[in-house]
Amino acid sequence: MALLFYPEFEVVRNENRCIACRVCERQCANEVHTIDSESGLMLSDETKCVNCQRCVSLCPTRALKIVKSDCTFRENANWQDDTIKEIYKQAHSGGVLLSSMGNPKPFPVYWDKILINASQVTNPSIDPLREPMETKVFLGKKPSRIERDEKGNIKFKLPPQLELSMPVMFSAMSYGSISYNAHKSLATAAEELGIYYNTGEGGLHEDFYVYGENTIVQVASGRFGVHEGYLKAGAAVEIKMGQGAKPGIGGHLPGTKIVGDVSRTRMIPEGSDAISPAPHHDIYSIEDLRQLVYSLKEATEYKKPIIVKVAAVHNIAAIASGIARSGADIIAIDGFRGGTGAAPTRIRDNVGIPVELALAAVDKRLRDEGIRNNVSLVVGGSIRSASDVVKAVALGADACYVATAALLALGCHLCRTCQTGKCNWGIATQREELVKRLNPEIGKEHLVNLMVAWRHEIKELMGGMGINSVEVLRGNRLMLRGIGLTEKELEILGISHAGE
Amino acid sequence: MMIDVTGLEFNEINQKLRESDNKVILQGCLGQRFIASGMKDKNIAIDGIPGNALGAYLNGASITVNGNAQDAVGDTMNDGKIIIHGDIGDAAGYAMRGGKIYIKGNAGYRAGIHMKEYQDKVPIMIIGGSAGSFLGEYQAGGVIVVLGLNTNGKLVSNFPCTGMHGGKVYFRGEPPKSVFPKNVCLKLATQEDMKYIEKQIVEYAEIFGYNKDEILNAPFTVATPDSNNPYKQMYVAN
Repeated sequence: MALLFYPEFEVVRNENRCIACRVCERQCANEVHTIDSESGLMLSDETKCVNCQRCVSLCPTRALKIVKSDCTFRENANWQDDTIKEIYKQAHSGGVLLSSMGNPKPFPVYWDKILINASQVTNPSIDPLREPMETKVFLGKKPSRIERDEKGNIKFKLPPQLELSMPVMFSAMSYGSISYNAHKSLATAAEELGIYYNTGEGGLHEDFYVYGENTIVQVASGRFGVHEGYLKAGAAVEIKMGQGAKPGIGGHLPGTKIVGDVSRTRMIPEGSDAISPAPHHDIYSIEDLRQLVYSLKEATEYKKPIIVKVAAVHNIAAIASGIARSGADIIAIDGFRGGTGAAPTRIRDNVGIPVELALAAVDKRLRDEGIRNNVSLVVGGSIRSASDVVKAVALGADACYVATAALLALGCHLCRTCQTGKCNWGIATQREELVKRLNPEIGKEHLVNLMVAWRHEIKELMGGMGINSVEVLRGNRLMLRGIGLTEKELEILGISHAGE
Repeated sequence: MMIDVTGLEFNEINQKLRESDNKVILQGCLGQRFIASGMKDKNIAIDGIPGNALGAYLNGASITVNGNAQDAVGDTMNDGKIIIHGDIGDAAGYAMRGGKIYIKGNAGYRAGIHMKEYQDKVPIMIIGGSAGSFLGEYQAGGVIVVLGLNTNGKLVSNFPCTGMHGGKVYFRGEPPKSVFPKNVCLKLATQEDMKYIEKQIVEYAEIFGYNKDEILNAPFTVATPDSNNPYKQMYVAN
């Protein structure tokens, strides 16, 4: 059959260095590399290459590199290469385009257009090396006033709270979309760090109940693996209403990934598709959401905070206002650059809004309405660094959710083909020989390293501003300035322009 | 033991239930929600009308309602039995994965959405009357039986079994005239099906005082999906 188009990547093999050890062949689940038995030379079929860089990393003689093919269609600013290729794919298959990971399109990244303040002369900065800095945060409903009993003592009865050693958590990725070893790495790292990881909607593997105190269990429209033991195992329960990568649509884990433990953990038969309907069919209003929130509170006897996770969409402020009145303890907002194991390309790349704008709008709305203390705000959807975290907190977030950054720490190279289930890095796969490539001990170590480093950076950034706790930084928009933003963007972000 | 729940809030009722004996009668129930959420070792009879989300996440308890029930009964229930001596509201048995819901009368919209099964855990819902629209949407497993007793032949309203990819729905009588999606097959129940139905109907008939043979003295139609992966061909990798 004729090629639809020239392969996107080329495998460049330096024949002077290649020793035909066949490591590349063994490492590539996409079967790009083969050996020619007659000549003894390595061959490659770049039509199968996804540019995951596994062979490049493991080649002992550095004989391999993967480069973007320079064979392109005639240049056309309107009909770009990807656009043309997508048409060919659909014309030949009749299929909905399916992609993975976050929106890769060149939309504005507001984090990169926001600058952080520092103290000079008029107020001292703080050196985190010699002074205590508090990065601990508590997530949950806070009382809006201090109440005292007749003896004048403070009545100290808080609704349930999550205690985080730093304002970062690992966001929801289901067992099924990622591997056992990836989950184990996240769970053990969360435990060591004193933060939380999130089961996603695929249930909780029996081996991971022991990490329950550092686990957020998710309830999505498919309700996979949800039962009393699961709800009680976690430190909090998250109702997933939406996801930044695919707002407004459901999830679909193909039957080919429902094998062995994944099937058992989701409590559905092997080979059966795991379909999460687009809406929860018992939630058509804030009142209905309130019902799910309270049925979960009743089932967990009011011992655990309930999180409601929504995608950042238009009117998010009004939606969040409703959620804050539904009895939820925490609202998680997922921006349109959030990752996914699989989402229709058109949805991923065109639906939703940046989390920076959503967060600023929601925080303002909740403060204006006097209900900000009803809930904590957690934001995700491409938090890439400690400075993103600091900017998010200053814009009003109580904590951030990170997932893509965590996957990168585990070895992900962002080749964006999770949906194939052939992840050579052992993350987005259930194939045993691939899963074992990810050593959960090393995975945990890398996650801990990353977060420890971020924590240092958060302290340094805060210290520079003369701020010694995350609690004080929260919602402190005076510490932020925009650069190259329009009046309207500055108005929504609630910050001044640099130089003002 | 008897608990008068007149005027009590739902959290107070559940607290009393948690502290009560295993066998409880709730009297004066009027719309309180979330009753028995997640409970396991209880046998609860309810006089009156419980509110929404009765027996959500139920984990083995038995609930009998001597009257009608409202919406979202048995949401995500795992085990146990819910018996309704009347009609039931919308979204009954949403995502239930085990246990039984027996309804004497009719069910509202969206009954049995996304029911699922795993190994020996097979949930079953028997609706004595007729079911509203969107019955068994996204059904992934488990069994729904619609008997159409005392309904002048009406079994189910519009769009049953949309997105169905597992499980079975049995209808007593001729195939319903509702529009089914094309990936759902409607067939006459086999001998084996009838044996299975009979097993389920024995208890149902006894509870509601029906004659099981009269119920079974009619042909049954069974709806099943033609594949566990109805969406397989929809996508192309990009």
